[in-house]
Amino acid sequence: MAYLELKNIYKTYGQGEDSTEVLSNINLEIEEGEFVAIVGFTGSGKTTLVNLINGLVQPTSGEVLFKGEPVVDTSHERGVIFQNYSLLPWLTVGQNVYMAVKEAFPKESKAQLMERVKQYVDMVSLSPAINKRPKELSGGMRQRVAVARALAMKPEMIIMDEPLGALDALTRGNLQDEILNIWSKDKRTALLITNDVDEGIYMADRIIPLRPGPKATLGPEFKIDIDRPRSKTELNDNENYKKTRNAIIEYLMDIGDERKSVSNEEYILPEISPKSFVGQF
Amino acid sequence: MKQSVTLNKVTQLIGMGFFKNIANLFTGKLEKDEVKSILRKTLVPIASILLFIGLWHAGAKALYNKEAEFKIAKALEDQGQAEADALKVCIASGDSSCQPNTLPSPIQVWGSFKSLLKDHNIISADKAAFKEKTAAMNAKRIEQGKDPITYTGRPSFVDQIVRSLKTVFAGFLLALLIAVPLGIFIGLSPTLKSAFNWFIQIFKPVSPVVWYLLVFMIVKTILIDSSEDSSFTISFISVGLCSMWATLVNTAMGVASVDKDYINVAKVLKLGTFQKVFKVILPSSLPLIFTGLKITLSVAWMVLIAIELLAQSPGLGLFVWEEFQNGANDSNAKIIVAMFVIGIIGFLLDRIMLAIQNSVSFVKTDAI
Repeated sequence: MAYLELKNIYKTYGQGEDSTEVLSNINLEIEEGEFVAIVGFTGSGKTTLVNLINGLVQPTSGEVLFKGEPVVDTSHERGVIFQNYSLLPWLTVGQNVYMAVKEAFPKESKAQLMERVKQYVDMVSLSPAINKRPKELSGGMRQRVAVARALAMKPEMIIMDEPLGALDALTRGNLQDEILNIWSKDKRTALLITNDVDEGIYMADRIIPLRPGPKATLGPEFKIDIDRPRSKTELNDNENYKKTRNAIIEYLMDIGDERKSVSNEEYILPEISPKSFVGQF
Repeated sequence: MKQSVTLNKVTQLIGMGFFKNIANLFTGKLEKDEVKSILRKTLVPIASILLFIGLWHAGAKALYNKEAEFKIAKALEDQGQAEADALKVCIASGDSSCQPNTLPSPIQVWGSFKSLLKDHNIISADKAAFKEKTAAMNAKRIEQGKDPITYTGRPSFVDQIVRSLKTVFAGFLLALLIAVPLGIFIGLSPTLKSAFNWFIQIFKPVSPVVWYLLVFMIVKTILIDSSEDSSFTISFISVGLCSMWATLVNTAMGVASVDKDYINVAKVLKLGTFQKVFKVILPSSLPLIFTGLKITLSVAWMVLIAIELLAQSPGLGLFVWEEFQNGANDSNAKIIVAMFVIGIIGFLLDRIMLAIQNSVSFVKTDAI
C-alpha cells in the first residue's frame, strides 16, 4: 500500500452550466520517503491538487488516501508550504513559527516550544531576524520562514506548492539545497509542485507532468536516476540528466503544441466582476 | 536625544510627521527638499488661516453695515428722523444696547472666548469657596447619614466641554461594546448576517433626533423611581446608538473578508475556533474595525450637540441652544466660539484614534 494514494480524482468547481472540471482522473501513488515533483503549466490546477492532498478541498469524486486513511480534513502530519508564503503580517518571524508549534505540540511547555522555534528559525538561518515582521524581510527570507513554520510542526509529509516560484535564481538555488538538506536528514516524504523542470530534476526522485486544465490529468512519470547528493555543476554533464530533461521538455512542448492547435475554438469567458461590498450590509 | 526620538514617534503616530522637519530647522540638519516641504506644510496653512480670517472679517463687516442700515431705515420709517439720528449715533458709539445682531467679527469672537474663560475662572473660584464653606457642614451631614450639600450654580463653559466629552466617551464606549462583538459574530456567521441585515439597513439611516426620542421613552420609564437627573444617561445612550453603525458594518465587513490565505493557514495549522478568531481573523480585520471606530467617534461628537440640546444635558449642545435663545449682545459670538471648540476637539479626537490605530494595527494609516 502506498503512503499517499490518489484514486480516480475528479474535481469540479461550480454547478450546472457554469461548472468547470479542473482535475480529471488523477491517479498518483507516493511511497514513504520518496521525493516526487509534479511539473505543470500555470493555471493547470496545481494548487487545487495540493489543496486536495492537504485536505483544504474535497474531491468531487475519487479518494485521497494518506497511510490508507481517507483525507477529510487538514492534519499536522502533512505540512504545507504555500505558494505566497502566507505568513501572518502582524506576527514576527518567531511568533509565526511559535503559533504552528504550539498547535502541533500542545502538551509541551512554553520553554520547550520556544526551543523548537529557535531551532527551526536557526535552521533556515534567520535567527538575526527572529523578531522582525514579514514586511521587513525579503521574499527569500519570507519563504524561509514559511519553510521553518511547516517543518517545525514535524510533519511526516511535506507538501510544497511552487514554494520558490517568486524568488530570484540565486535565492532559489540556495533554498533548493536547504530543502533537500532537511529532507535527506530525516527522510520525510515530499511532494513538490513546480513549473520549473530543472528544479524538479534537481530535487526529485520522480517527475510527473500535469497536463494543462481544464480537465487536467497526470502524464506519464519520468524517473530520475541520478545519485544523491546531486551537484548543480556536475548535473550539466550528466548524460542521464540530459536525456531525462530532454524527454520531459519534449513531452511538455508536445502538450503545448496540442494546446495551441485546439485553441482555435472560441472561448466563452465567464461572467466575473470585481467583488463589491456596496449594499452588502 | 531620547526625548526627540519619542517626539518623532508621537508626531508620526498622529499623522504630523512634518514636525520632525521643524525640529530639524533649529538643529540645522536640513536638505533642500525638506525646506520646501516645511514651507508647504507650515506656511501654506498659516497663510490660508489668515486669508480665512480676513474674508470672515470683511464678510462680517458687510453684514454689520447692511443690518445697521436696515435698522436705521426702519427707525426712520416707524419713529421719525430724530429717533433714526439717535440710533445712528448710538450704533457708531459702539454701545451694546443698540448693536446690529448679525455674524460676529473675528475680534468679537476672540473677545467672547476670553470672557468665557474669565467667567470660568470666576465660577471655579466660587465653587472652591463654596466647597471650603460647606466642608465642615458636609462632613457633619455625612456623619449623620445625610447627603452632602453640592454646588448648584450654573456650569462654566469649560464644565460644559468636560460634560460633553464625558457624554461622548460614554456613548463611544457603549457603541464599541455593542458594535464590535456583534460585528464579529455577524461577520463570522452568514446566518446571523441574514438575521441582522434588515435590522441594520432599517436603523442605520435613522436620525439622531428620533434615536433620542426612542431612548427617552425607554429610559424615562426604567428610571421612573430614580430622583436623579437622567439627561446624561439618555444622551449618552442616544449618542452610542446613533454612532455605532459605522463600527458594526465595518467590523462585520472586515471579519467577513479576511484574506483566504490566512484562513487556509489557520486550517492547515488546525487552530481552534477561539485561536482562529483572536490570532487570525481579528488582527487581520483591525484596520477596518478602526476605520469604523474613527467614523463612530466623529459621528458621536457630531450628533452630541443635537442630542444634548434635546435632552437638556448641560454640555456644549445645550450651551449653543441657550445662547441662541438668549439673544444677548454677545450670544452670536459665543455660538461661534462653541463652533470652533467643537471643531477643534473633533479634530483632536480623530487624531487620538489615529494614534491608537497606528500603534495596534499592522497597517499604518496616514492622516487626511
